[in-house]
Amino acid sequence: MKQLVILSGKGGTGKTSVAAAFADLLSLENAPFKTVLADADVDASNLELVLMPSVVEREEFWGGSVAEIDSDNCSACGICAEVCRFDAVSVKDDVYTVDPIACDGCAACVYQCPNEAISMKEQLAGEWYRSESRYGPLFHAMLIPAQENSGKLVTLVKQQARLLALDEAYDLVLVDGPPGIGCPVISAVSGANLALIVAEPTASGVHDMHRVLETTRHFGVEALICINKADIYLDGTNKIEEYCRKENIRMVGKIPFDLMVTESMIHGKPVTSYQPESPASLAIRDVWTEVMKAIKDQEL
Amino acid sequence: MKIAIASGKGGTGKTTVATAFAQALSRMEYSVSLVDCDVEAPNAHIFIQPILDQFEDVNVLIPSVDADSCTGCGLCAEVCQFHAIVVIGGKTLVFPEMCHGCGSCTLVCPEQAISEIPNRLGVLEGGLSQEGIRFGQGILDIGEPMAVPVISKLKKWQNLMDAEIVVIDSPPGASCPVVESLRGADYIILVTEPTPFGLHDLRQAYQVTQVLGIPAGIIINRDGIGDTGVDQYSAEVGIDILMRIPLERKIGQGIAQGKSLLEVKPEYEKYFQQLYLQIGEALSSGNNL
Repeated sequence: MKQLVILSGKGGTGKTSVAAAFADLLSLENAPFKTVLADADVDASNLELVLMPSVVEREEFWGGSVAEIDSDNCSACGICAEVCRFDAVSVKDDVYTVDPIACDGCAACVYQCPNEAISMKEQLAGEWYRSESRYGPLFHAMLIPAQENSGKLVTLVKQQARLLALDEAYDLVLVDGPPGIGCPVISAVSGANLALIVAEPTASGVHDMHRVLETTRHFGVEALICINKADIYLDGTNKIEEYCRKENIRMVGKIPFDLMVTESMIHGKPVTSYQPESPASLAIRDVWTEVMKAIKDQEL
Repeated sequence: MKIAIASGKGGTGKTTVATAFAQALSRMEYSVSLVDCDVEAPNAHIFIQPILDQFEDVNVLIPSVDADSCTGCGLCAEVCQFHAIVVIGGKTLVFPEMCHGCGSCTLVCPEQAISEIPNRLGVLEGGLSQEGIRFGQGILDIGEPMAVPVISKLKKWQNLMDAEIVVIDSPPGASCPVVESLRGADYIILVTEPTPFGLHDLRQAYQVTQVLGIPAGIIINRDGIGDTGVDQYSAEVGIDILMRIPLERKIGQGIAQGKSLLEVKPEYEKYFQQLYLQIGEALSSGNNL
């Protein structure tokens, strides 16, 4: 079983639109891989908005814990506030309280409190779902806004997708990744055989593409690049192509700016299914062919 | 006044708004600082071109175990909530990338065998832009998972927060790095695009502002590209739409080249100045805009 992760560094470059189109192309007859889909952007899970799945299983996700002070047993000694490195303990009129938003869940205060007045309370941090869509099974999740542990939830979603893939002999897990390079991205990259980076030829897009490429390199995952909205700024596109040549990174295609991508999203469909002959659809199909070849090549 | 720019969805134009806002306000003779809290993908520097001349590492303190005094009792592993310190075969091992630097293991060790050493997560960079904007950004090191300590140190760094107006450019999403960036703000501007993705993620971001209890308004970017979902939602929940920036090739191309919105569309200087005055009046009267 192979794992392909779609990343970008910068947000809004078109990861999810590309992932949805890939899901569509992989669901067609004679597709090279039988695929399970996983949306690893749990802060902003948008793949479901295009794939329109129906949820068949829903589970709670209990994330980290936060400290809570029992005022009846508190002697107001202040040790908790002293040991807290996250400025989470505050005192007003000798009453100590923990700010659940600032609390990191380290429990240092719990172990240092001489009166055993502090305990950890587990937090409901979100939900994860197993869904069925016309493009195949989809695992996705929703992190409750302002909650922690998005990396853990990403790991959970991916684990579930892999388990199903192993159980039912699927041969590809397609992971739609989050933006950035930190904790949830690291969780999304972990275990991947190949990363497709959706770059944007803008000043910000190129800057962040470098950061995500360094990240995939750091974790030893091979990365391919496609440029989305490639025609909005040709200098940027040239810069990316030149960089790929110099660094020996495989460029797998250029997708033009195409309003049909937004229109298909509004209609809740992958662009390749909504308007298969539109410029973006044709370009994504070429990118897809190259990426599928690259996965096959890895098997050799 | 501290104004934070957030979004939920990535790529909606947070940095475009944050940099234009900071520039417009600095031209009103206020002292302005711009703090780029998107430490995973920091881009504001591209548009305001500060001269970066201040640098400071961000470290968390991680445990270092003195093998001679360690008895392998495992108390450190027991109290660690993040599995960053474990005892295997009587030997105590530390996993730095898992460690939150809380110091709990050091405190509980009965042999005082644990001391703390700095582990670098990233760097802070600061300087002035040509227009006199005080600028600060955090940069998370490659391969480091934890953005929050970099953001929280950035927000306490130098005197960035002492300016008359502080503009905070937040990362996308709705989880801990966003919360850390927005904490302490007086007002939050949510930048969205009028599409189903934009709306879905706007809802998430708006809920974060409600959890934090900070008033918020919306700027719709690329107005005209999609549908009317964002307008309907903002009317339903009663959030103000503060500004609309149209979908225009000229704007997109200018931003792509690294030009700020004010360079491409000078009239936005006035719009952002008016917006600031409106926000100030609304906050002092406690009303919506």
